[in-house]
Amino acid sequence: MSIDTSKVATSNSSAAIADKPNPVGAVANWADERLGLASLAKKNLRKVFPDHWSFMLGEIALWSFVVLLLSGVFLTLWYDPTMAEVHYEGSYAQLRGIEMSGAYASALHLSFDVRGGLLMRQMHHWAAMLFIASMMIHLLRVFFTGAHRKPREMNWVIGCLLLILGTLEGFTGYSLPDDLLSGTGIRAADGFMKASPVIGSYMSFFLFGGEFPGTHIIPRLYVVHILLIPGLLLALITAHMLLLVYHKHTQWAGPGRTEQNVVGFPMLPVYAAKAGGFFFIVFGVCALMGGLFTINGVWLYGPYDPSKVTAGSQPDWYMGWPDGALRIMPGLETHIFGHTISWNVMLPILVLPIVMFLVLMVLPFVEAWITGDKRDHHLLQRPRNAPTRTAFMVALMTMYGLFWAAGGNDIIAIKLHLSINQITYFMRVAVFVGPVIAFIITKRWCISLQRKDQEDLLHGYETGIIMRSPEGGYSERHLPLSPDRAYVLAAHDRDPDVIAELEAGPSGPDGNGVEPKKGIAGALEGARQRLRTAMYADNVQKPTREELEAAHHHAEHEHELQAGVEGEAADGHQFDGHHAVEDDRLRADD
Amino acid sequence: MSDQHGPDELGPGEHGSSDLPDKYAGHEGEIQSADEPIRNPGLPQHTWRPTDVDPKAERRAERQVAGIFGLAALCAVLFVVSYFVFDIGGSPEDDVPTIFGLGASNVALGGTLGLALLLIGIGLIQWARKLMSDHEMVEMRHPARSSDEDREATIKALNDGLEESGIARRPLVRNSLLGAVTVLLAPAVVLLRDLGPTPNQVAEEADYPGAGLEKTVWEKGMRVVRDVVGTPIRPGDMEIGDLFNAEPEIIFAVDEEGEPILEGEPLLIAKSKAAVVLIRMDPDENKPAPGRENWAIDGILCYSKICTHVGCPISLNERKTHHLLCPCHQSTFDLADAAKVVFGPAARPLPQLPLAVDSEGYLVAQSDFREPVGPSFWERDSQASTTE
Repeated sequence: MSIDTSKVATSNSSAAIADKPNPVGAVANWADERLGLASLAKKNLRKVFPDHWSFMLGEIALWSFVVLLLSGVFLTLWYDPTMAEVHYEGSYAQLRGIEMSGAYASALHLSFDVRGGLLMRQMHHWAAMLFIASMMIHLLRVFFTGAHRKPREMNWVIGCLLLILGTLEGFTGYSLPDDLLSGTGIRAADGFMKASPVIGSYMSFFLFGGEFPGTHIIPRLYVVHILLIPGLLLALITAHMLLLVYHKHTQWAGPGRTEQNVVGFPMLPVYAAKAGGFFFIVFGVCALMGGLFTINGVWLYGPYDPSKVTAGSQPDWYMGWPDGALRIMPGLETHIFGHTISWNVMLPILVLPIVMFLVLMVLPFVEAWITGDKRDHHLLQRPRNAPTRTAFMVALMTMYGLFWAAGGNDIIAIKLHLSINQITYFMRVAVFVGPVIAFIITKRWCISLQRKDQEDLLHGYETGIIMRSPEGGYSERHLPLSPDRAYVLAAHDRDPDVIAELEAGPSGPDGNGVEPKKGIAGALEGARQRLRTAMYADNVQKPTREELEAAHHHAEHEHELQAGVEGEAADGHQFDGHHAVEDDRLRADD
Repeated sequence: MSDQHGPDELGPGEHGSSDLPDKYAGHEGEIQSADEPIRNPGLPQHTWRPTDVDPKAERRAERQVAGIFGLAALCAVLFVVSYFVFDIGGSPEDDVPTIFGLGASNVALGGTLGLALLLIGIGLIQWARKLMSDHEMVEMRHPARSSDEDREATIKALNDGLEESGIARRPLVRNSLLGAVTVLLAPAVVLLRDLGPTPNQVAEEADYPGAGLEKTVWEKGMRVVRDVVGTPIRPGDMEIGDLFNAEPEIIFAVDEEGEPILEGEPLLIAKSKAAVVLIRMDPDENKPAPGRENWAIDGILCYSKICTHVGCPISLNERKTHHLLCPCHQSTFDLADAAKVVFGPAARPLPQLPLAVDSEGYLVAQSDFREPVGPSFWERDSQASTTE
């Protein structure tokens, strides 16, 4: 396709440069003489970011955090973190005259007597859900594509910390209205604390300022919710972003995209507009949800009363998985020397989440230790090309999902008319067996996809066109992939052992004469080697150039026997001669 | 940041030219070598958009974007209008206007604000997609590590600084500083001491009834009264199978001047520990634990309502089986069998309150609970209750 570039519109021409001093220039000069912004801006204004839909997930988290800050500030103007008792006399008739804490009364006031107050409350809650959900999905994207590898391990750790803090922030936040549901949550949290060995009851008495419930917990949670955790979140998000800019964003392998460069659009103007626009979209979605979908209608629950509870009490969804673990844990306690150790609470709610987050945080380091890979990685991996890693995360997801489902065992029992006992017994086994099954299936699935890629590379893609030979036999026509597509499929690294073999030549690796280590170091090294072997087992290695040429040569020969149709549309008509197809493009070229 | 090089932009003419693969695919020290099966084909040719080559399309896109921004402004104005037009409030008698069964004010404010924001976002992105340059640019990466020169210079500067400080040569100064800073942790920790009293202090010194983890407000002769209304209960008020939520009388009691005896914090604490359930069953069905044979009155049993798991109040009763289910984590207790755990994560039975009848025929407690109620804690001596 030829283009008369003389007609090219202004959008792609270089901008005019102002050569006269103007007011903007004067301001810029004033600022630069004092702040030296130009040398910083020079490097970053036109910084290149690659484009892919999945890079937007982290952005959702970032912008929903901004929405949280904005709507949260609004809420603080009316919310009153006090547990002093008041008689409610506001607009909500059903609760008028009832005694409640000042905190609950102010939450009702915000909902019924401040115009836009309910909107802001609901936007705040929806944005919090979006914040945590998008962080989780962003984490999965990063891990499945290998973006956590060197040099980005620290940013992975920061991301995990953000997820933990976000979860705690959510819990402290939904506890503040001091309604019956959130009070029940705080009471359970008190039970969790008391289950800690040795210091449990002290922790509880210090946090609550005496016996549960006391009158201190709401103001204390408030300070944690609006000062302590947001401050940490803000600092960590800043570090997360600075590291992102410093490392430059990862990109997908593709024509012209390598480990050494980053290809994409500049910050100014394209990403300033796209990311800035996306902020408004996230903000807008939160506003629409806050306007149209009721969330946490605290007026329905009533004020907190320590002797009452509602049926089907459940925490917000992101707290659901430890709650599920708590539900399916058998009731084990140890009584020893006049003391009680509550395994039934401690293991699922104190130990399990900490272990889960630690596992998450050390993943990049464990992976690097097993692979021994010390290289920088800026090209993303397709999940199928790291089957063991992909399968491991799917196993973790499965475990998370099963725990989460166990957190709703009462709801499952009611909706599906099942016995809650049977669901619980099933879950006790499933949380261990399910991840193993998920691991095996995912790993085999990935390897099958690798084989499919290999097939496409060597023999071309399936056109769906069935040919009949003069002898009467049928066969499907395969056509070669476009060069760009083929490059993408073959852009990933071979496994290190295969590389070593290729580099060592036909004589094979000589072991470099390194003496085997002894003792613990030797055992560790042995474990590492076994893990490494298991990690790469059954991977399909992309073809060498010779293999590819041989396969293509073979294919060409086949094609000559059938028909010469290279470079033509694969819609079937090139084989039947019904119309000319010279200008059609091959499907694989797109 | 150490990104010293400006982005080296490629003009349109360079895209897809034959020198690109060599220029950008040649990796130093990279394993990608002669055995790579497929050469990097280089960046694809830039394709012009209709808005790049057709002034009409360009102007159309311009009008489109401006139109979207205009609509956003309109929505913002409508937001302000809705703010003043729609009443809010939660009472049916106030006749608050509704949309889709929801408060009209909230729906209108959320809808207009959401649309205004969405339209601004959509307009900006449309602007970027249709009218801003869409030439891909290439920027070279640089290793995250500093250059060797920088490292050497840093180490030298650090060493010089440390040397001049004398921190290595003067261990006395260094160690005394470390010691002083370590001791400084003590004030930081001690300062938090007054966050709350210790469990023992509460049990021994607190001036409200039933203070401490081991006690509740129940005492000998205290009436068991109905939850919410506070009226006392005669055994005859309950039929077999009934389950009452009940409280100790002191929760509702007033002194001579009509002031409640328990108020505020002590009231909340009392409620959080002393809530009970009463159940009446056929005395033949009940299997009392040893030593508890005289704790029931005419088949009426009284158990703590606070779950021994993490402390939720329990109230879901299965009438036929005498099972009581906790709505939080589904621990199930058999009230006919000393409230032992029959299912779920709780480890201990619900504590039982020994009942008696006072001179007026109302249900009263024989004493406080004989063991702590609620969730387990480290100092709890549970041996006694479990061996029963």
